[in-house]
Amino acid sequence: MSQQQHQAPYYYVPAPSTSMIWGSGALLCLAMGTIFWINGRGAGPWLVLAGFGLLLVMLRRWFGQVIGESESGVYSKRVDVSFRWSMSWFIFSEVMFFAAFFGALFYARVLSVPDLATLENQSLLWPGSTTAWPNAGPGFKEFFSPMHAMGIPAINTLLLLTSGVTLTWAHWGLLENNRGQLKMGLFATIALGALFLCLQAYEYIEAYHQLNLKLTTGIYGSTFFMLTGFHGFHVTLGAIMLTVIFVRVLKGHFRADHHFGFEGVAWYWHFVDVVWLLLFIFVYWL
Amino acid sequence: MASIPGHADAGHGHEHEHHHPTGFMRWVTTTNHKDIGSMYLWFSFAMFLVGGVMALVIRAELFKPGLQFVEPEFFNQMTTLHGLIMVFGAIMPAFVGFANWQIPLMIGASDMAFARMNNWSFWLLPPAGTLLVLSLFMPGGSGGVGWTLYPPLSTQMGIGMDFMIFAVHILGMSSIMGSINIVTTILNMRAPGMTLMKMPLFCWTWLITAYLVIAVMPVLAGAVTMILCDRHFGTSFFNAAGGGDPVLYQHVFWFFGHPEVYIIAIPAFGVVSQIIPAFSRKPLFGYASMVYATSSIAILSFIVWAHHMYTTGMPVAGQLYFMYATMLIAIPTGVKVFNWVATLYRGSLSFEAPMLFSLGFLFLFTLGGFSGLVLSMTAVDVQLHDTYYVVAHFHYVMVAGALFSAFGGVYYWLPKWTGHMYDEGLAKLHFWLSLIFFNVTFFVQHFLGLAGMPRRIPDYAPQFAEFNMISSIGAFGFGLTQLLFLYVVIKCIKGGPKAAAKPWDGAEGLEWTVPSPAPYHTFETPPVVK
Repeated sequence: MSQQQHQAPYYYVPAPSTSMIWGSGALLCLAMGTIFWINGRGAGPWLVLAGFGLLLVMLRRWFGQVIGESESGVYSKRVDVSFRWSMSWFIFSEVMFFAAFFGALFYARVLSVPDLATLENQSLLWPGSTTAWPNAGPGFKEFFSPMHAMGIPAINTLLLLTSGVTLTWAHWGLLENNRGQLKMGLFATIALGALFLCLQAYEYIEAYHQLNLKLTTGIYGSTFFMLTGFHGFHVTLGAIMLTVIFVRVLKGHFRADHHFGFEGVAWYWHFVDVVWLLLFIFVYWL
Repeated sequence: MASIPGHADAGHGHEHEHHHPTGFMRWVTTTNHKDIGSMYLWFSFAMFLVGGVMALVIRAELFKPGLQFVEPEFFNQMTTLHGLIMVFGAIMPAFVGFANWQIPLMIGASDMAFARMNNWSFWLLPPAGTLLVLSLFMPGGSGGVGWTLYPPLSTQMGIGMDFMIFAVHILGMSSIMGSINIVTTILNMRAPGMTLMKMPLFCWTWLITAYLVIAVMPVLAGAVTMILCDRHFGTSFFNAAGGGDPVLYQHVFWFFGHPEVYIIAIPAFGVVSQIIPAFSRKPLFGYASMVYATSSIAILSFIVWAHHMYTTGMPVAGQLYFMYATMLIAIPTGVKVFNWVATLYRGSLSFEAPMLFSLGFLFLFTLGGFSGLVLSMTAVDVQLHDTYYVVAHFHYVMVAGALFSAFGGVYYWLPKWTGHMYDEGLAKLHFWLSLIFFNVTFFVQHFLGLAGMPRRIPDYAPQFAEFNMISSIGAFGFGLTQLLFLYVVIKCIKGGPKAAAKPWDGAEGLEWTVPSPAPYHTFETPPVVK
C-alpha cells in the first residue's frame, strides 16, 4: 500500500455535483433532435449538435473529476474493487446488446428465410423465395454481392488480434514500471484500432459502390450493417478511451499498483475483439 | 445482530467540508442515497398517478358498450402509455427507491457504490417520462400499439412512436446504471461480517433483480433499435419482403419481457420477506431456500419467453417445451409461498398496515400465479390469449403483487425515513379500500376473459356490460383510494407520534440500529456484524 492510500477514507463518497443534470439535458436534446431529424423537422440537426456537444462537455467534466480524485489518492482499494465489478457488469450488458442482434441474424438464417421458401409460402405469397444465404428476401429484386471473409475482414481480424497483443504488452510495461514499453504498446494499439476503422470504412464504401450491398439490402444488409456498424461504433469508443488513457500515461498517471483506468479500457478492448471474432465467423465467413 | 461503533458523526466526514446546495439544487445535485431514494419514490408515485389517470380513461370508456368519451385511436394510446408508464415509470422506480434507501442501511454501507451515477440514474427518468408524455401531443398522437410495441403496427406509426423508442432507450440506460450500482454495492460494500447469506432477503432479491436488469434491458434496447431502423433507415428485420419476420420482434421483446416480469416481482418478494417475519416475530422460514428459489426463478425466466406467443404459429414441440418450462417456475414460486406461510405459522402475529398489505400480497399474488399457471397451458392459452383473462392475471401480479408490496414497504419504513409514525387507522383504511376495490376491478375481468372479451378494444358486445360496469366502478374507487395514501404519507412527513429507532418490535437488521429519522449520513465507519 502506498502512502496515499493510507490517507484514503474507508469509502469515498463524492460531493454533490451538477454534471449529471447537464447529462440528462444533453440526452433529452439528443433524443428530441434525433426524432425531429429523422422525421424531417427543422431544428433536428441543431438539437443533435447541441445535445452531443453538451454530452461531451459533461463527460469531460465528470471523468476529469474522477481522474483527479483517483490521482489525489482518495480512492481506497475498496473503491477500486467497485470499479472492477461495475466494469465487468457493464461489459456484460454490452454482450447482451450484441446478443439481440446476433439473435436476429440466427433467427433470419435458421427460421424466417427458410420459412419464406417453404412450398406454401412460395406458391401463395412469395414466389421465387430461396433458402440460400446471403438472402435479401423475396421482395428484393436487385443483384448484390455479399462481403467475402477472406479479403479486408481477414486483415481486420489480424489487426484486432495484434492490437490485443500490443495492449497486453503495454500492460506488462506498466506492471514492470517500463513507461517506454507502456507508451509504445498503447500507441501501437491505438494505431491498429484506427487502421481497423479505416479499413472498415473502405469496406463500407466498396459495399455501397461496387457490391450494391446496402443497409436496405433485405435482411442480409440489415444484419450485416447493424452488427458490423455497432461493432465499429464500439471500436471507435474503445479507441477514444485508449487515447484518453494514452494522454494520461503521457501526463504520468498510473502506477504498477494503481491503474484500473488502464485495465478497464483493456477489458473493453478485449471485449470488442471477441465480438469481432464472432462477427468474422458468423457474419462474414459462414 | 450487530454492534455499532457510533454512526452518525463518526468516520472521516470528508463530505461535510464541501459546500452543500440547498433548496431545489440540493435535489438536483445530490449524491446521497437517501435523497435519491426519496426522489425515486416520489417520481414513481407521480407516474403512478399519471398512469392511473390513463387507466381511468380506459375504464370510463369501457363503462358501457359503445363509444362515449374517446376515439378508438386515443383509447389505444391510453392502453399503451398506461402500460409503459406503470411498468417503467411507476413500479420499477419505486423498488429502485426502496433499494436506494434500504440497501446501504441494511448492509452497513456509507452510501451506494457510485453516488454520482446514482444521481444520474434517477435524473434520466424525468427526461424519459417527458418524452413519453410529449408523444401524446405529436401529430397523430402517441403510438397506439400496446406497451409491447409490436411491429408491423409500430413500424407504421407516426412521430409519436419515435418518442416512445427514445424514451425506452433512456429508461434502459437509467435502469442499467441503477442496477450496476446496486450489484456493486451489494457485492463490495457489505460491512465486515455481513456475509452474503447473512444479508436481509431484500438485498438478495435486489442482487438477483439487478442481474436480470443488466441482462435484459440491453436486449430491449436492441429490439426498439431494430424498429427504429425498420421505420427510418430501410432495414428489413420485421419485413417479410426483405427476408425478416415480425415474429422475430416478439421473440426479442419477450426475451426481455419475461425476465421483466420478475424484475418487477422479485423486489416485491424481498419487501414482503422483510415484513412478514417482523410482524410474525419469527425469523424468515427457510432463508437459504428463499435465496435458491429466487435465483431459480431468475434463471428460469430466461428460457420461457415464448409462452407469450403461443398463438403466433410455433411448432408443437416448441409449444410443449415452453409450456413445461413455464410450469417449472411454479415450483420455486411455490417454495417461496410455502416459506411465507410457514413463517406465519405459530408466529405471534399482529396486523399493522405493512403486514396487512403483505398478507394481501400473499393471497392475491398467489391467485395471480395460479391464473398464470392456467395461461401457461398452450391449449387453454389459445382460447384466452389477448382476452381480459390475461389482463386480470397480470394485474393480480403487478398491482396486488408488486404495488401492494410497495405500499407495505412504504408503511414499514416510513417511521425510519420520517421519524414519525404514520396514521395507523387511515393506513388500514387505505389497505381495506385498496383490497376491496382492487378485487372489484379485476376479479370480474377473469369472467370477461373466459367469456371471450378481447383486450385493447374500446367497444364490446352487450353481454359483457355488467361486469365491465362493475370493473369500472372498482377502478375509480381504487384510484381515489390512492389519494388517501398520498394524504397518509404527507401527514406522516409533517408530523405524528415520534418513532423509535426500532418502531416494530419484531424487526431485525442494521437499518433499525440507526436513529429515526435516519441521519443524513450513516455507517461512514462500517459496523461489525457478528
